[in-house]
Amino acid sequence: MNSTKALLIDLTMCIGCNSCQVACKKEYGLADGEEKHLSASAFTALDEFDGTYVRRLCQHCLTPTCVSVCPVGAFTKTPEGPVLYDENKCIGCRYCMQACPFQVPRYEWGSTHPRVQKCKFCEPRLAQGLQPACSEICPTGATKFGDRDALIKEAHARIAAEPTKYIDKVYGLEEVGGTSIFYISGIPFENLGFNTKLQKAPMSLLTWNALEKVPSVFMVGGVLLYGIWWITNRRKAVEAYEAEMERKGNQ
Amino acid sequence: MNRILKVSLWRGLATLLLLAGAVAAYMRFTLGLGATTNLSDTFPWGLWIGFDFLGVGIAAAGFTIVASVHLFHLHRFEPIVRPAILTAFVGYLLVILVLVIDLGRPEHFWHPLVMWNPHSVMFEITWCVICYTTVLSLEFAPVVLEKFKITAPNKILRAISTPLMIFGVLFSTLHQSSFGSLYLIVPGRLHELWYSPLLPILFFISCIAAGLSMIIFESYLIERRTHRPLPHDVLADLGKVVAVVLAVYLIVRVQDMMERQVLQQAFLWSYQGGFFAAEILIGFLAPMILLLIRPIRESRRGLFLCSILVILGFATNRMNTAITGMEHWPNQTYFPSILEILIVMGIATLGFVAFYLISNYFPIFGTEHKENHKNTSLLWLEEMKTISQP
Repeated sequence: MNSTKALLIDLTMCIGCNSCQVACKKEYGLADGEEKHLSASAFTALDEFDGTYVRRLCQHCLTPTCVSVCPVGAFTKTPEGPVLYDENKCIGCRYCMQACPFQVPRYEWGSTHPRVQKCKFCEPRLAQGLQPACSEICPTGATKFGDRDALIKEAHARIAAEPTKYIDKVYGLEEVGGTSIFYISGIPFENLGFNTKLQKAPMSLLTWNALEKVPSVFMVGGVLLYGIWWITNRRKAVEAYEAEMERKGNQ
Repeated sequence: MNRILKVSLWRGLATLLLLAGAVAAYMRFTLGLGATTNLSDTFPWGLWIGFDFLGVGIAAAGFTIVASVHLFHLHRFEPIVRPAILTAFVGYLLVILVLVIDLGRPEHFWHPLVMWNPHSVMFEITWCVICYTTVLSLEFAPVVLEKFKITAPNKILRAISTPLMIFGVLFSTLHQSSFGSLYLIVPGRLHELWYSPLLPILFFISCIAAGLSMIIFESYLIERRTHRPLPHDVLADLGKVVAVVLAVYLIVRVQDMMERQVLQQAFLWSYQGGFFAAEILIGFLAPMILLLIRPIRESRRGLFLCSILVILGFATNRMNTAITGMEHWPNQTYFPSILEILIVMGIATLGFVAFYLISNYFPIFGTEHKENHKNTSLLWLEEMKTISQP
């Protein structure tokens, strides 16, 4: 139970039955009814591209952007894999929604005490030794749950076994530092609404480049400003002193 | 008091806007963000964030003028220290008000004080807002004390004034630039015309021009009302500084765009291209050229018009970063709801009213208050006398 878990989603096997969404909604007591897009009441949803279905859900990144941008640390990445959200910490700035490279977090816009909502990787079920509700219900095995390392091997093995069926790419392996949700597909990912231009390094490095300079800006800036104050103050004093001396000399 | 209660068209309009804003704010809290705004899952930040950038940017006069006069001892700008501090103080209080309205859970606003995440730009921003507002209230305190003739805390305030001002400059420098840093993490979403690794630096440079222009703009308005003018040569000098700052900004911005090879996009006839052209041509290039022409800079009206152009250009830049650049025209667009606009207009009006009332009743404009630096210079004088005596 200690190793990092993952989901492997094989787009060639998904038949679009939507049972993953139904099971998920049941698990979390969300409003019934099929939803075509992620929402505060749909933590997973199916996108259709000419008969190919793409399951959207939180990617549970290894170095999550939401964890880095949240000012109060309301997001945490657990060692088992899930990225979790704590509504009791959240101040509602919505930076996570703005920054998520997969545009996953959803907001309860209708509420006066809104929460951010997204897939929880069934963390409570994982704690009981169960697999997530979606992978358990999936009738074709399109969503498969397992250890991250084992699933990476399996993904590559499936591609190697049928190189004509799959394109040679495991989506999620190296995007933004790697995720816990992998996709393999027979159709190029850019045609299925995936962002294939994401950087390989975690997104948080972009802001950290600026943030890590804050202490030195503070120290160097402080010394510099004090120095300028001291020098200009001294200059004024010398001026005043010389004026005084001149006045005395004239007397 | 009668003068203040006088009814006029402007006052009627201000009252109307304040009332409308108050009603809109009440609706936002009772009905929730979804029912009252055009914000959505695909567009979680809108007009209000843009207004925050604007309010804080305009408040930049506070730290630039305080640094020039009290840290760099450029005493010719002395008469605008208090207007600048008041502008900054009012600006920050308005921004805090908008933040409280914008936050989904405003009752948790204090969480960043105890729940730390130093990896978050938003965390840095929260701390900067709190620290700099504290500094501003202490920098503004002497005005209030002077008005009510309270002298007791003066000694303490004077003793801490230099470190206080240094902290103020540092906090606001970090705050201004961190608004740019916010967008460093959305390289794929913010349009290339605005996204740049240099965003924090660009935000910092442009806020100086906007802050100084705000001082010119205010003093023109105040002068018409109170006939207590600021020395015009000082304002014209500010105009010159603004021109130089705009020039530096344009050089850095264009150079950066050339390096990232996105400059050609600026000349494309597109939704974003149009907004970009409006921002750069009207808000940065035009006032820079006009302010470099001496007769324009030294004429009251010319300077006033230039300051308006700079503020408009600055506003366009921040709104473009917050809204235009994040839209994916024509598939994904955002336009604020009427209630979002009413709240912003109400809060802006509140700012103008507060500034007007305070500058009327407190010694802000046309006062000479040189005790502060005279004291330190005099101390030095005494010290040097004792040293030089045989």
